[in-house]
This record gives sequence, structure tokens and C-alpha cells, in this order.
Amino acid sequence: MVKINGNDHDLAGRSVAEVLAELGYETGRIAVEKDEEIIPKSAYGQTILKDGDTIEVVSFVGGG
Amino acid sequence: MLTKDEWLEALSARHGKARQERLVNSTVAICGLGGLGSNIAISLTRAGVGKLILIDFDKVDPSNLNRQQYKMCQLGMFKTEALSENLKEITPYVGIEYHTVKMDDDNIEELLKDADIVCEAFDKAENKAMLVNAVLEKFKEKIIISGSGMAGFGSANTISTKKVMKRLYLCGDTTSDVNDGIGLVASRVMVCAAHEAHMVIRLLTGEEK
Repeated sequence: MVKINGNDHDLAGRSVAEVLAELGYETGRIAVEKDEEIIPKSAYGQTILKDGDTIEVVSFVGGG
Repeated sequence: MLTKDEWLEALSARHGKARQERLVNSTVAICGLGGLGSNIAISLTRAGVGKLILIDFDKVDPSNLNRQQYKMCQLGMFKTEALSENLKEITPYVGIEYHTVKMDDDNIEELLKDADIVCEAFDKAENKAMLVNAVLEKFKEKIIISGSGMAGFGSANTISTKKVMKRLYLCGDTTSDVNDGIGLVASRVMVCAAHEAHMVIRLLTGEEK
């Protein structure tokens, strides 16, 4: 199981890019952290999730 | 006019001497000088943060006057210059470094290298994401505080501060998007800006939670 924003998902073995697409995130408006380290956008494709990983996805909205 | 010592004494009387010393020896970068950034800058100036790095490429426009800390007589001025002027009127002892540039992946490191804490105060979601990613990737220690979700006329009570990543604090309701046509009003934007400024002050004075 992979924990994404506090919820367990059966997504071990998938890349961060695949998971983000499946969960409907727009990659231009987010930041993603794995086990307290930021994942560079350029590494979403090659970062493969494993059991026990903790992912935080933060989405931004407009206005300021 | 007060001397610098008299000014610091007056602030210390309200904040405590030890906290004031930390604040006055700190440098905070404010990225974007619109509704969030101009209000953050005023709170940090009043609190006696020693140095502000102000960054924005834009000029003061009539559509800014509903919520941003500029005056009608400053229309057409660069926001960096207009805000510096306004902050210096609050206290001439605030240190200001300003950069009238558009931030991008190539200049972020140089612009932010001296900042103890970075405030994200942009308007567009994509720019917020770009800055947060860049700061967390390029710097190993810096903390960034971001504002997301302050549009519209909903309750101000839904705006909060959360530590959402190891070095990222998010202020706002996280969902109210100005692009949904719900407007953007001074009072609610100022609440969000105050959350950002307050988290900066708390971190600088050793309140981590």
C-alpha cells in the first residue's frame, strides 16, 4: 500500500506520473513529496512507488 | 522621527526583546507583490523584520486598488518601487532589496539565496507550483510559505495555515479559485496574507508548530 494524502492506495509498482494521472491531478499546479523529500517534476516518470511509501500531493489554486 | 534604537525599543515593548532581536536579524523574500505580497510586506515591516527581498515585474494597475496596498497616485509605478516607498513611510529602518523581474527557474536561486524564509504570493496556480517546486528542489534548508485559496466572499474562517510538507506551509482554504469567477476581495485576501506573515513571524521567533 502507498499512502497518498493520508489515504491508502493499492498502487505500489506504478510511477508517480501514472498515479497522478490516474488520480486526476494537473501536474502544472502541484508539488509532490515522497517520504519528506520533494520529487522534481522531471523525475515523476521514473519514480516508482513501493509499499510503505508516503506521498503528499499539494494542489494550488489561483488568486493572490 | 524616531532613532533606530527608539523604534526597536517600541517594538520590543510589544514583542519582547529576544523575539525582536531575531526578527530584526532576519531576511524574508516576498515573491509577488499583489494582494498577498503587499499585505505580507506591511505586516513584516511593522513587526520589524530586518530585511525584505521584494520581487515583482508588474506595475500598479487600477484593478489592484481593491485589495493591494498601493495608492491611486502610484498607478503605473512598478510595484517594487511603490511598495518600497510605502514601507519606508511606515519605518525608514526596514532594509529593502527589490528586484523588478519575472521569476523563473533560471533566476530563483540567485534572487532567494539570502532569504531565511520565502513567501509565495503569486496570482496564478502554475506560478505558485513552479516557485514551491523550485525552492524545495534548489535549496535544502529553506522553508516556503504559500497562499492558495482566498478568492470569493466565503467565510474568512475557512482560511487556515497547515504544514503540508516538511518545508512547506500552506495558507488559505485550498479550494477557492479566482478563475471560477468568484471575485477577490481585500478582507479575505488580507486574512490569507496575515496567515502567511504570521507563520513567518512564528518561525523566525522559534514557534515551529
